Amino acid sequence: MKFYARRLAFYVITLWAAISLNFFIPRLLPGNPADIILAKMARNGEIPPGVEKTVRLLLGAESDQSMWEQYLQYWGNLFRGNLGVSVTKYPTPVTELIGQALPWTIGLVGLATIISVLIGVGLGAWAGWKRGTWVDNLVPGSTLLQSLPYFWVALLLAYLFSVQWQILPRIGAYDVFTFDEPEQSWAFVLSVLKHGTLPALTIVISAFGGWMLGMRNMMVSTLAEDYITTAEAKGLRPRRIFMTYAVRNAALPSIAGFGVALGFVVAGSIVMEQVFTYPGIGKLMITAVQGNDYPLMQGVFLVITIAVLSANLLMDLVYGFIDPRARTRG
Amino acid sequence: MDDIQPSPTAEHEADLAPAADLGTMGTQLVDKESLAAREAINPAVAAGGAAAPGAPSRKGWRGAQLMPRITPKLIVGLVLVVGIVAFALIAPLFTQDPKFSGNPAFEPPNGDHILGTTKLGYDVFAQLAYGAKGSLQVGLIAGLIALSLSIVFGIVAGYVGGFTDEALSLVTNVMLVIPGLPLMIVIASYAQQRSMLLVALILGVTGWAGAAVVLRSQARSLRSRDYVAASKVAGEKSFRIIAVEILPNLLPLLAAQFIAAVVLAILGEAGLSYLGLGPNGVITWGTMLNEAQTGNALSAGAWWWFIPPGLMISAFGCGLSLINFSIDEIINPKLRSVPAAARSVRKAKKNKPLPTASSSRTAAAPTGTAR
Repeated sequence: MKFYARRLAFYVITLWAAISLNFFIPRLLPGNPADIILAKMARNGEIPPGVEKTVRLLLGAESDQSMWEQYLQYWGNLFRGNLGVSVTKYPTPVTELIGQALPWTIGLVGLATIISVLIGVGLGAWAGWKRGTWVDNLVPGSTLLQSLPYFWVALLLAYLFSVQWQILPRIGAYDVFTFDEPEQSWAFVLSVLKHGTLPALTIVISAFGGWMLGMRNMMVSTLAEDYITTAEAKGLRPRRIFMTYAVRNAALPSIAGFGVALGFVVAGSIVMEQVFTYPGIGKLMITAVQGNDYPLMQGVFLVITIAVLSANLLMDLVYGFIDPRARTRG
Repeated sequence: MDDIQPSPTAEHEADLAPAADLGTMGTQLVDKESLAAREAINPAVAAGGAAAPGAPSRKGWRGAQLMPRITPKLIVGLVLVVGIVAFALIAPLFTQDPKFSGNPAFEPPNGDHILGTTKLGYDVFAQLAYGAKGSLQVGLIAGLIALSLSIVFGIVAGYVGGFTDEALSLVTNVMLVIPGLPLMIVIASYAQQRSMLLVALILGVTGWAGAAVVLRSQARSLRSRDYVAASKVAGEKSFRIIAVEILPNLLPLLAAQFIAAVVLAILGEAGLSYLGLGPNGVITWGTMLNEAQTGNALSAGAWWWFIPPGLMISAFGCGLSLINFSIDEIINPKLRSVPAAARSVRKAKKNKPLPTASSSRTAAAPTGTAR
């Protein structure tokens, strides 16, 4: 129980730190972001009356409130689920925009991550088992995969499949000319799958190499353990040694690292969504940055952080369950 | 060997622990907090276990066992890295001005412009050369910042222990799970003028946590070594013990973490620049890709515009990672000895089939060489 309490406390502190960063960064940076942004917006036309208040509230321009009061007010708003109002799509609430974008990213990134973990861990286990053969030569190749920038892979795939061969669509999450809005029909599902192929492929290509390398190295180490030698001496079938003795133990760090790796995938997919104009959370964040829509940007950052933290917490709980040592010594 | 790999360890022939010592920490695998991140990504460190107690013969120069072996991997890595660094240093001297727009636009590669031109008529090869300089500078500075921070938060925390450790580790773990790129985007978008130094600072400050976790677990184990205890009894100050006793023993690991940090920073810079949040007024591979995106290089089919920068990033990252592989094999000798053992077992079996060959077909039996 102590283990879970500790982990939970850690994530609460992390969340607090992330939210506080979100609050303090614009206030502590030199210059006055609120004034700069208001000036920028004024250049593009009249500022709606509510916007100026939102911007000042979020970025803490000179108001008669002290920093502490602003901080409390910020928290109060958060607890009421009020993330402010978008500036670029005034007066849509930030939460509504995020709500529209979130399902796309979770579906895409979630599915692609699961696929890449399965491929990577599977291949890694196999490569570790076959250590000392020609398979070892494949290992350095996986570093090339890891060094590929996500968005460049995306550009490359888009160029090949959409521009050169024209077999897969490049823009959006579904065919916006056929469907005005998401609907429940097979044609729509098909369209979503078609549009999701290239983005998902991007994530799988860029991410599975890391899993593979990690799993392979853990397999190599695990296979050198004494209990493996014992198992062999007992005359167990190689298949059984592979699955029940080696893979099960070697996979533990992969599971522990899952949450952190997810952070990388989320980061990569932000830029990837920009390439495919995929209407997910990353695209939303970039739109916000480009339009100086700070309320939206802060909201998106918060949601991404919460999502990554929840995934980490979940993996921690699962890990504590599958590896009791983590609970007792944590 | 010596002339190929500049060795930071060469001077320290005095108190170098056998490389194998660094591997033993992995037995503490179960320490969940320290286990978290890197060990999955870089299990070399986690793998440890019982590494060769009777390490290779100590004849001759002792530092030799801390040098990477010359393998094809290392050579390819060095060629890629040295080649690209040389390209960044030398090529800008010969190329066109990368901002000279007098060339015809969207020209495919030809004799005058070996990598063609962009929408605005910039020479892609010139941009690539100047971009190499920019990207490498950002990567190097950010890598150094990340390394310094990870030393403070990793080694100091691991060595000092107690409350300091708790506090520093908490910061590390918080930074580890807060997603990096979104945080970078948030910070970068508030800064109106972004100098190269500022971008490097942002990348460094958001990218040190993984290395700190690894270094902390290593420092924690080194803390309990006899020679450290001896220095403590002799009245050495903590700072001196860390600098003189601990850091030199972690050199291979520090090198590996630094290289990883540089790769991460270059990738991060490319991502930021691609989104238009990179350094102002500097050409990097990332800003090239950004211009290619905004200039519709994709629809125009101008592959010569967006393929080279990404290829350079990948090649440089790959080269550094290959070098890191060789360093990993020093940190964790098992990665080298176990496949070698498996190979020799297989070879022996081929020459003289065992009577029970069927049951031990894929035998892993780490024989003498591994233990």
